[in-house]
Amino acid sequence: MARKRIVTARINGCEQSFLCEPRQTLLEVLRDELGMTGTKEGCSNGNCGACTVALNGRPVVSCLVLAVECDGTEIQTVEGLADKERLAPLQQCFLEQAALQCGICTPGFLVSASCLLKENAEPTEEEIRFYLAGNLCRCTGYDKIVKAVQAAAAAD
Amino acid sequence: MPELPVAWKPQAENVVFGKEVSRIDGVDKATGFAKYSADINTPGTLHGKLLQSPYAHARIKAIDVEAARKVPGVKAVYVFPDRAPRTNEETGEPIYFEIEHEGQPIAAVAAETSGQADDGLRAIKVVYEPLEFFVDEFHLPRAVELGRARPIRAAQQGDLEGAFKAAAHTITGMYGIQTISHMCLEPHGSHCEFTDGDHLTAHLSTQNVSGTPGQFASPLGLDAAKVHVSCDYMGGGFGSKFAADEWDIACAAMARDAQRPVKLMLDRATELNIPGSRPSAFAEITVAADADGKLVAWDSHHWGTSGPQGGTVAPTVMPYVFEPKNRRTRATGIVTNRGPDRAWRAPNHPQACALTQTAIDDLAAAIGVDPYDLFLKNLDLTWSATSRNPADKDIYAAELEIAAKLMDWKAKWHPRGEAGDGPVKTGLGLALHTWGGAAGRGTCTVAIHPDGTVETFSGTQDLGTGTRTALAVILAESFGLPYEKIKVHIGSSKYPMSGPSGGSTTIGGVSGPHRRAALKALGRIYDLVAAKHSVDAGTLTAANEQILSAGKPVCTWAEACSLLGPMKVEFQGEGPANDGLTSAQVGGVQMAEVAVDVETGVTKVVRYVAVQDIGTIVCREQAKSQVLGAMIMTIAYALSEERIMDNATGRFVNADLQHYKLPRIGDIGELIVEFYEPESQYKKGVIGLGEPPVISGGAAISNAVANAVGQRIPVLPLTPKRILDSLRS
Ligand code: FES
Ligand code: FES
Repeated sequence: MARKRIVTARINGCEQSFLCEPRQTLLEVLRDELGMTGTKEGCSNGNCGACTVALNGRPVVSCLVLAVECDGTEIQTVEGLADKERLAPLQQCFLEQAALQCGICTPGFLVSASCLLKENAEPTEEEIRFYLAGNLCRCTGYDKIVKAVQAAAAAD
Repeated sequence: MPELPVAWKPQAENVVFGKEVSRIDGVDKATGFAKYSADINTPGTLHGKLLQSPYAHARIKAIDVEAARKVPGVKAVYVFPDRAPRTNEETGEPIYFEIEHEGQPIAAVAAETSGQADDGLRAIKVVYEPLEFFVDEFHLPRAVELGRARPIRAAQQGDLEGAFKAAAHTITGMYGIQTISHMCLEPHGSHCEFTDGDHLTAHLSTQNVSGTPGQFASPLGLDAAKVHVSCDYMGGGFGSKFAADEWDIACAAMARDAQRPVKLMLDRATELNIPGSRPSAFAEITVAADADGKLVAWDSHHWGTSGPQGGTVAPTVMPYVFEPKNRRTRATGIVTNRGPDRAWRAPNHPQACALTQTAIDDLAAAIGVDPYDLFLKNLDLTWSATSRNPADKDIYAAELEIAAKLMDWKAKWHPRGEAGDGPVKTGLGLALHTWGGAAGRGTCTVAIHPDGTVETFSGTQDLGTGTRTALAVILAESFGLPYEKIKVHIGSSKYPMSGPSGGSTTIGGVSGPHRRAALKALGRIYDLVAAKHSVDAGTLTAANEQILSAGKPVCTWAEACSLLGPMKVEFQGEGPANDGLTSAQVGGVQMAEVAVDVETGVTKVVRYVAVQDIGTIVCREQAKSQVLGAMIMTIAYALSEERIMDNATGRFVNADLQHYKLPRIGDIGELIVEFYEPESQYKKGVIGLGEPPVISGGAAISNAVANAVGQRIPVLPLTPKRILDSLRS
């Protein structure tokens, strides 16, 4: 087995160092080593978006990123969206617009949508649908997710 | 005072019941705090993985797991029952396990890391004797030739020959719908841990919290009382998660062997393949009408496969909803080596609808009438799911009218194929459905504390449908409290028994017992308040966190509860009961408008309308989400989603989310949901909604495509390839 490496990254604003095997993905490290299970595993091969995190501000599927690649990076997960005790406006809008059912895809959608809103504060409906195309939801009405993102954009 | 009458409040008095509320567990889900089975990571949790058959049909001649036990990090190895060769004690002959489909589990490994578990699996040696396999579910003659077809089941009524002879219009066609997977975004699996020696806690992703402890106990040789099943949150089930599956037993067995917790969740390819599918169905159909367009005769033979069991769509649901007096139905199941079926949202109905109501639409096209008029004309031939008695045709007629308005049907409809000269053709289609949705079994304990706090305990589960929120709403409405203040405890087999969530039985199954328990509690509280404040208990009501007498405040809810004494008081609720709180039988109409590019074969759903009756609505927003989710699932199986089996290798070739095509957020058009809810519906009582809205859209979309392109594309999903192949042939 290859030697473990030390990786240091800012995760949700806190600098953290962790040990990982070279073959471990960022998703595995977040969930299994750091106990941050908000980021979900849906497919492990980049096709569902449930594992989306923001890496240096860009949405990535963390199942396709090796943890060792993250040294010196800034990572945001769903756990970092709320501001201490207050939900982020985007989260609030997801609740108000009923944009979730079972909720297993929700963390991925929230992180993707938050990256979108940072890049583009006033996205069109088309832009929202394009940006979130990598996130799969099996149970809810996608329309409610679009409406939630629109409402969050309007609230900001 | 005498017991309060068992009923829902008059509709006009409701504050939260039937209104739009946010989910009470929404914050946990939107912050990542909600724990699903895969999120349970108690210290020392091992990674469990499965070794599965690469063959669709084979005998296992030998298994050797010794090398796997020695792999660094491997802590337990498990061989599934009967997989290892045995000897017949009487004859001395060897007995070899027969693999029936690709992906069938053979052994499992639990290791410190996921990579080490993979290493362990690679060290297991299995000797297979590959056997002839058959995965072709479409070509019935081939199945018959190979002895893979089960005997035909047939039913006949009336004078078929005479009716066909006398009919003015007859069409014959071939129709079909492919197998699909449940594809829960949270896969099947569990986290199992033994504590105090032989007590098992299983965090199982399940639709059946109360029913699964015994399923763990028996194969593990435990008392059921020593098994605790927990499922706080789950990521969908759709009918595929009723059991403690054999891989869950493997997980628990390895946890016991290793004396460490083990987590074993299926990977995506396995999730698509083995824990459930919806059987395919194909049919040859002849249907006839008289000169007025009244259906007079039906003859169908359908076939398909549920996998190794060789089942097919139940002949009892054919023809679907419309039932001409003279009819014959025949059904043939095919035994195939593909992953087995499980109940999939409204078992049998989506397939039966897709076969039947496409044929009826073809008949309308052959006669040259608008299918809206033909459907309307034949509503007296419709049956209802609960009884097979005639359906309430007035409800269907009203729903057709509402849907047509929302779709602007009469203005937009054109005769089949007359969609203009451009390459993008638009068309309209419709279909209708029926479902039961009666209340399942359920019990609950509602506890009222002297400080006014209310909590409930019930061994039900929330698949994502909103059950947790519904319970809060029912108690909040009953007690006049904000629904956010009700503490709802579900998802544990330690709570009072509640039935499995299947067949749309949950909402009725939990809402009845909760209302009954609440009314018992209210009766008691009203008596205490009446005695203390010298008012007539019969005048009391609960609203705005107060107890009121003839509308005037008497005391606060908390003051009233303090009269219960120093300890919490518990009230039990049970169901189902025949007291009007719940009932059964719903229906609905769906209409689709599509745009088909006949040069590329790509179909887009432009607008999709669902009109549904559901009895008494508990949570409006969550009910709407159920319908929207069903509509998206329908777009999936109508246009893109299917299991593709390779006849040469027997394998499921698109078992990943890149090639198992599901709609994305940009792939759906405008979705419109409308509940049909005159006062009579509120009076009906609560009825389940999970399955009905997923039934008729497949036929509606297929009919819309036929209307657009001018011919039937016989088999769903209507992929670009199927459309282009049909148009060119
Ligand atoms: S788990 Fe990473 S994309 Fe599906
Ligand atoms: S809410 Fe269940 S998968 Fe999206």
